[in-house]
Amino acid sequence: MMRARSAGDGRSGPDARSAGRSGDRQPGGSAPGRDSNVGHDDGSGGSPPPSDQAAAGSQKRVLEPAEIRRALTRIAHEILERTNGADDVLLLGIPTRGVPLARRLADRAAEFEDRTVPWGSLDVTMYRDDLRLRPARALGRTELPPAGIDGKTVVIVDDVLYSGRTVRAALDALNDLGRPRAVQLAVLVDRGHRELPIRADYVGKNLPTSQREMVRVLLSETDGEDAVLLGERKEAQV
Amino acid sequence: MNRHLLSAADLSRDDALLILDTADELARMSDRPIKKLPTLRGRTVVNLFFEDSTRTRISFEAAAKRLSADVINFSVKGSSVAKGESLKDTALTLEAMGADAVVIRHDASGAPHRLAGWIRGHVVNAGDGMHEHPTQALLDAFTIRRRLGRASGLDGVRVTIVGDVLHSRVARSNVALLNILGAEVTLVAPPTLVPVAVGSWPCEISYDLDAVLPKSDVIMMLRVQQERMTAAYFPSVREYSRRYGLDTGRMGMLPEHAIVMHPGPMNRGVEIAAEVADSPRSTIVEQVANGVSVRMAVLYLLLGGADLLGGADLRGKPRDAKASMENKESMVNR
Amino acid sequence: MTGVAGTWLIRGAALPGGQRADLRLRDGVIAEAGARLAAAGAQVLDADGLIALPGLVDLHTHLREPGREDAETIETGTRAAALGGYTAVHAMANTEPVADTAGVVEQVWRLGREAGHCDVQPVGAVTLGLGGQRLAELGAMADSAARVRVFSDDGRCVSDPLLMRRALEYVKAFDGVIAQHAQEPRLTEGAQMNEGEVSGRLGLAGWPAVAEEAIIARDCLLAAHVGSALHVCHVSTAGSVEIIRWAKAKGWRVTAEVTPHHLLLTDELAEGYDPVYKVNPPLRTAADVAGLRQGLADGTIDCVATDHAPHPVEAKDTEWAGAAFGMTGLEIALRAVQQAMVETGLLDWAAVADRMSVRPATIGRLSGHGVLPATGAPANLTLYDPAAAPEPVDPATHASRSRNTPFRGVALPGQVVATFLRGTATVLDGKLAS
Repeated sequence: MMRARSAGDGRSGPDARSAGRSGDRQPGGSAPGRDSNVGHDDGSGGSPPPSDQAAAGSQKRVLEPAEIRRALTRIAHEILERTNGADDVLLLGIPTRGVPLARRLADRAAEFEDRTVPWGSLDVTMYRDDLRLRPARALGRTELPPAGIDGKTVVIVDDVLYSGRTVRAALDALNDLGRPRAVQLAVLVDRGHRELPIRADYVGKNLPTSQREMVRVLLSETDGEDAVLLGERKEAQV
Repeated sequence: MNRHLLSAADLSRDDALLILDTADELARMSDRPIKKLPTLRGRTVVNLFFEDSTRTRISFEAAAKRLSADVINFSVKGSSVAKGESLKDTALTLEAMGADAVVIRHDASGAPHRLAGWIRGHVVNAGDGMHEHPTQALLDAFTIRRRLGRASGLDGVRVTIVGDVLHSRVARSNVALLNILGAEVTLVAPPTLVPVAVGSWPCEISYDLDAVLPKSDVIMMLRVQQERMTAAYFPSVREYSRRYGLDTGRMGMLPEHAIVMHPGPMNRGVEIAAEVADSPRSTIVEQVANGVSVRMAVLYLLLGGADLLGGADLRGKPRDAKASMENKESMVNR
Repeated sequence: MTGVAGTWLIRGAALPGGQRADLRLRDGVIAEAGARLAAAGAQVLDADGLIALPGLVDLHTHLREPGREDAETIETGTRAAALGGYTAVHAMANTEPVADTAGVVEQVWRLGREAGHCDVQPVGAVTLGLGGQRLAELGAMADSAARVRVFSDDGRCVSDPLLMRRALEYVKAFDGVIAQHAQEPRLTEGAQMNEGEVSGRLGLAGWPAVAEEAIIARDCLLAAHVGSALHVCHVSTAGSVEIIRWAKAKGWRVTAEVTPHHLLLTDELAEGYDPVYKVNPPLRTAADVAGLRQGLADGTIDCVATDHAPHPVEAKDTEWAGAAFGMTGLEIALRAVQQAMVETGLLDWAAVADRMSVRPATIGRLSGHGVLPATGAPANLTLYDPAAAPEPVDPATHASRSRNTPFRGVALPGQVVATFLRGTATVLDGKLAS
């Protein structure tokens, strides 16, 4: 089902993508529940939960585990650089996959600087602007370190940045939790098509996509393996 | 029943767990400086209370306000209802006002069911006659889960409910919900205070409280109304208290870890001794706090998503694996 | 002037015994019954495929007038009765004012005659104001133009055993009968529905079967002791049937009636809390329905009586506990009996004629009704089509002023095609004849 891609430049040019798509009829259509979930590949970033793996049309891997590892290492270094050694930094991952990413970044930063970097999770479900479009969603876990967010540099961590609406919701959520000194954004994949004036401070990979495509991030903590997949969306999304 | 919460007996196990898990997350809000979420901004929740109940009404009011909903309180005293306006006309008035949800407490069993047929909004049963009080059972289950350190259901937890089961909507809702969550329920009461057909309920019955105490992980005391004495349900308050009251002696017969619950308001000295009510085993105070979280969860799950009837998303997509939608009687919209 | 008078020739009807016949109706009687009669100037009604039953007699109807004309009037109620195939109805006494004097019963009787759709036989109250304390002037009511013979506090039970004994004794003087609404009040305070598994689940106060059975047993014993006649209204439990069977086996003068709804419906219908299913005595269990059907089949229960209880919309459009008790029934009774008893093989049409006309007329001491169609019999007839395609009941089309039928949307078989009251057609082609 998925084409093996050679490791290397992780950038997928137009040729590679069309080669992946053309003529490839995959059995099974999209799973019915693919898009209605805590993950967000509906125009607001993020990717579907583990249960929908069988879904997809043609997909191809645009990032392999090694590339992901290197990207995260680089981001961790960048964070340390721009925050003066992670002074007063707090990493908050957006469930689902933003959370293991935040933890990985915190671990890596801790290795490099030999100090603990606090991390946690920030569920934004209650602040979304598209709640009324689907049945009520289950909530994810919000867990902040005891010191809270006041005066800290909060780095929001998510897997995919798309329309920017999830991040807007995260900013609203942070607003009700306290007053950070600054807020930054780290994402593994930026797939373009912003609908709000929001940009990421740290990007693992820039992945130009069309609105007809779907980006799926897999992580070993949630999906058993690390990969970023690009595939064709089977149904138009509201 | 999938647009309303009328009865705990209609919930599937998955739906019940979804409500409890959601309440878990919302309970964390009480640590925040700003105890408010924008989720139900612009929605109107009406508290329609035909029976006096400050405690429950305030709980629903707090829950709705913490979700940024507008709350309108409609209590019977001094209203047009007291002057004889029918339930139906009251419902039509609320409809005209655009109530998105109506939380109703009424002394007639089935009043919420009738209301649901007359309005477009969502109906939450806050207690109907002797029938059910589903949010009470949910907050009781939530409390048990927390205190006993359970992560998911209540499988194997032994719950004993003591008191006037015959007239108690709290008992009915709890028997139903605890059973759905896998707990083992025993009812203890004098024979006059259990329904004739209680044998068909998913629980055990006992007339002997002392025998059941050592085998209880949770003991839930129900309020006993003094009026029952004049209707010959029991000869005197003293005899009732002696045979079925939870005093310190009986509390000592409970296992170490067991907790004592009461939906309130209490008759101190009748069904429960003051020292028992105030002991560390007692969950009575935290039940109140938990009530707000559970009611927030219910309002969010009913109102926070798409309204299939005339709402934006008509495709009714299934939810994610975390909350199974297989059961067509589940509470939340598909 | 209601109805279509003149001479009628009914062609090819099936009589209750099964044989087909032509019937000539003239001057209020069946002048001739035979085969292939000549029309000879009569209006002809082709009754091929129809059953000719003696005009149905209802022992138990609430016409609500005087006092509750918002629910029903004698005019609208008797129209409903005629459409249901009834030529006589007994109008219960719980009106406002109560029918406990000669004046009120005569008023009801007169209004019935003026309406002309069927005979209205008033029932007199047993006690003043239905208060259960003092006997009403039963003798005055018996002697009045209304000639009351059936006395009932229906709606309430005559629960005081001494008072019930006196009433049973007193009516012997004029061949009267006390019709008891059996409901021990102390066991049914605040009761809403049958006490059982469903009521326990729904949280509605229960109405236990024993509250009916205990009164019936007591009253059978009282009637036997004083040598009087007892009629039991709306029997609703299998246990009651057994008690009545026992009393009859002893040769005691006990008769009983059952409603169409108790032959078909159970208490599970209360599950949606729709008060259209709220009635007194309440709907009971499937075992009770079976016992009642068997009782009607073997004659332990003498007749079907509708207990037609109309209520205005606002009395039912409310929460269960706030709703009135009662169901309409005049217009669907025969169809319901066909469904419950004929289609199940428990009664044939001769037995239906017996249970819905002959016996009720006997119990009510009504002359001129309940006579099987034959030469010389009064021309009170119901022509019924048992093969009419089952139609869902639509109360909007009913003549009754009220809409509270539990059979709304339920497909019942059969159709009353024509009703004749002393030779005048009150219903033709399924509609009121003008």
